Amino acid sequence: MSATETFYEVIRRQGVTRRSFTKFCSLTAASMGLGATGASNVAHALETNPRVPVIWMHGLECTCCSESFIRSAHPLVKDVVLSMISLDYDDTLMAAAGHQAEAILAETKEKYKGKYILAVEGNPPLNEGGMFCIDGGRPFVERLKWMAQDAAAVIAWGACASWGCVQAAKPNPTQAVPIDKVITDKPIIKVPGCPPIAEVMTGVVTFITTFGRLPELDRQGRPQMFYSQRIHDKCYRRPHFDAGQFVEQWDDQNAREGKCLYKMGCRGPTTYNACSTVRWNNGVSFPIQSGHGCIGCSEDGFWDNGPFYERLSNIHQFGVESNADRIGVAAAATVGVAVAAHAAITALSRVAVKRDDKAPPAVK
Amino acid sequence: MTVQTPNGFTLDNSGKRIVVDPVTRIEGHMRVEVNVDEQNVIRNAVSTGTMWRGIEVILRGRDPRDAWAFTERICGVCTGTHALTSVRAVEDALQIRIPENANSIRNIMQLTLQVHDHIVHFYHLHALDWVDVVSALSADPKATSALAQSLSPWPLSSPGYFRDLQGRLKKFVESGQLGPFKNGYWGSKAYRLPPEANLMAVAHYLEALDFQKEIVKIHTIFGGKNPHPNWLVGGVPCPINVDGIGGVGAINMERLNYVTEIIDRSIEFTNQVYLPDVAAIGSFYKDWLYGGGLSSQSVLAYGDIPEHANDYSAANLALPQGAIINGNLAEVFPVNLRDPLEIQEFVAHSWYKYPDETKGLHPWDGVTDPHYELGPNAKGTKTNIESLDEGAKYSWIKSPRWKGHAMEVGPLARWIVGYAQNKPEFKEPVDKLLKDLGLPTSALFSTLGRTAARALECQWAADKLKHFQDKLIATIKAGDSSTANVDKWEPKSWPSEVKGVGFTEAPRGALAHWIKIKDGRIDNYQAVVPTTWNGSPRDPNGNIGAFEASLMNTPMADPTQPLEILRTLHSFDPCLACSTHVMSPDGQEMAKVTVR
Repeated sequence: MSATETFYEVIRRQGVTRRSFTKFCSLTAASMGLGATGASNVAHALETNPRVPVIWMHGLECTCCSESFIRSAHPLVKDVVLSMISLDYDDTLMAAAGHQAEAILAETKEKYKGKYILAVEGNPPLNEGGMFCIDGGRPFVERLKWMAQDAAAVIAWGACASWGCVQAAKPNPTQAVPIDKVITDKPIIKVPGCPPIAEVMTGVVTFITTFGRLPELDRQGRPQMFYSQRIHDKCYRRPHFDAGQFVEQWDDQNAREGKCLYKMGCRGPTTYNACSTVRWNNGVSFPIQSGHGCIGCSEDGFWDNGPFYERLSNIHQFGVESNADRIGVAAAATVGVAVAAHAAITALSRVAVKRDDKAPPAVK
Repeated sequence: MTVQTPNGFTLDNSGKRIVVDPVTRIEGHMRVEVNVDEQNVIRNAVSTGTMWRGIEVILRGRDPRDAWAFTERICGVCTGTHALTSVRAVEDALQIRIPENANSIRNIMQLTLQVHDHIVHFYHLHALDWVDVVSALSADPKATSALAQSLSPWPLSSPGYFRDLQGRLKKFVESGQLGPFKNGYWGSKAYRLPPEANLMAVAHYLEALDFQKEIVKIHTIFGGKNPHPNWLVGGVPCPINVDGIGGVGAINMERLNYVTEIIDRSIEFTNQVYLPDVAAIGSFYKDWLYGGGLSSQSVLAYGDIPEHANDYSAANLALPQGAIINGNLAEVFPVNLRDPLEIQEFVAHSWYKYPDETKGLHPWDGVTDPHYELGPNAKGTKTNIESLDEGAKYSWIKSPRWKGHAMEVGPLARWIVGYAQNKPEFKEPVDKLLKDLGLPTSALFSTLGRTAARALECQWAADKLKHFQDKLIATIKAGDSSTANVDKWEPKSWPSEVKGVGFTEAPRGALAHWIKIKDGRIDNYQAVVPTTWNGSPRDPNGNIGAFEASLMNTPMADPTQPLEILRTLHSFDPCLACSTHVMSPDGQEMAKVTVR
């Protein structure tokens, strides 16, 4: 059997029916918001593309990205690993260790030159000659750059690889840096979050293996399909925000009625992520639904934008219902203005975020 | 050269040196070097934590109410346990009392972690040390079915099921793209299972991968997401509203039913899959009783899972607390985390500097000053290590000691303490398992014992989940729905200077955080975590830590394949990101710090 077998051939030989395959394609397409034509594209791609070798490296991190990845419900991570990609190196899951593990890196570089995906969880520290993170007796940063040289593309998993995350919070004692500071000549897809949502992670991987190209990225390098709107834009508690109905204290009556958490420090209004739509762990909930504000974990530098329970000071809120009482017949117009104003604020805050990809979101 | 350690091991570094770096199927980065004699028996072991992140220094000056989120990111595998330890430390410092429901929900979240972590550890991080995936290809599906059905009523056990799975596996292997199974040690003499047991175990590897994502939904319900659910100083963030307006936005009947259903399935999976698998695999390895290390002499447990809120005394904790030293199970010592003389950390062999490295420091008074250097007998260079010099500094992990003793922590330590205390819920399952396998009590002190204790604990935790779910519902039924105490939420209500300690039993062992709060801000934060205990390098007196001790005197089938080393190290479920981030109050004098 050749190594360039297609995904479709593999799963057919593994006993998956054509019918199940089609259903899988539809679900995958639906999870990415691609609709019916998307499903046929998914099917076509999986029928004709080989399994892509993936090298998953770990720097300074906590392994929450790997843990999130294995939570994927659609597709199941079992199917991703057995049938969709070839996860040839992943410190967390691989059988081999030591020399046998290291040999895989060298082999992949040579055999799949320019054809493998490098997925990076965590980031390299630069202080102490890089020896705050040692891999095979050498600085992790060296090995990372070495594997990046021959990769087709690089995925930056999570806040660590994308922005630096907790070890890069002030004063960043190890000088941990996001991977785009040391890999400068390859396309890098940033999939931020601490961790990213499981189905967003598998969605990004599937997109690449399915369409044979990288997803559309925003100016910060994030897939725009998952990261182009704020949690606030799609939050089911948004009507309470607009109506001025807020939780004032933990476990108060408004908390028990599921009102807006903005006054408790919620970062939903400044955080670009899919939590309020895809939700977590196969759609069971997301932080706001379970009573705690968003801490903004997919945003650059979010650790230094705290304290987390301090309310965002420059978010305007419209009080649609209180205005309706006051303004009466003008309410309809007010809503119209509110919508326009809201769109403008969204646009402004996006511009502010884009102004400098190292600056914290323009909220404080 | 032969050296006798004070804790009873004879180290001989004259034989061939074997280096394993990276050690895989763990959390974080780790290296191990061993010397083997002419019979390929390990006579010297050197374990090294190879990463450091410095999270405590990052915490200094921040809002103590935020600390749970930072410390939660110490580890994404044991996700939540650091957050729980942190909120307990802050509440201890500020004397905040939490509602009974918050205690029940926290226990449910902590026990959910135990169940999830133990299952994922056994199947996805540890099983490949015992199970030969390639051997499963030659299994007879009918015989596999008979084996599975003789062990358990678990329904996925028909000959057709195993035949289909074997077919899928065969085609996967034949594709030439072996993915995570690439370059494994398949065919090694160190594997002892018959093909049928291997096939059954591979089936359960995949089933466990599917099932583990269900268990964590309990975290998602109460904490909004997993990994890294949300916590709250003073209680839990999720309100309860079972019968009022807007209840659909809170913990309500639907949510409670969801949790109950997951608990029932977790109990079922543990009883019908995990435990029978461990017993079956154990029966084929029951004469491979290496890896005991420190477990037969020095073990430590802080205890956890308070039955009633706000009482952290040993009598109120469902998981046992105590220390055993010198192998004397007849005497279990109490443990006091506040006593400056009990828990101390040493750095003589760690990449940090102390003013006096012959002495240890209690976490409240710790000093951390990173100081990376290799000893004179190391081979290679500072950025290209060929082999380390264990006579000098050789790890990013410090050496914590309890009254000077190197201790093992973790499920086996907890169960030995519970066993020594004659607690039936710990003693009876151990005695039953040993009897079923025809093994003496001493067999518990082994790699296999560590793996078995984890499985028994998973079963225990799943049952306890039910207990606290019932208790939560009973308390709500009695009219108490409160989940948070906000009396001391505002920093202006706090004293100007306080200190506290919080502890838990993480899946990997005893975990504690020490905090000092000054003028509403964190003045000092210290975490001493399970893998710091187990993975510690030598101390100034030469005592070796639990990892190193456990590798001693183990024969290797083939020294070019580190299978036995991995098997024993994995039995501890190492978590290196946890163990190597320690930073301290007076560590400001860090010449190499770059402020970004």
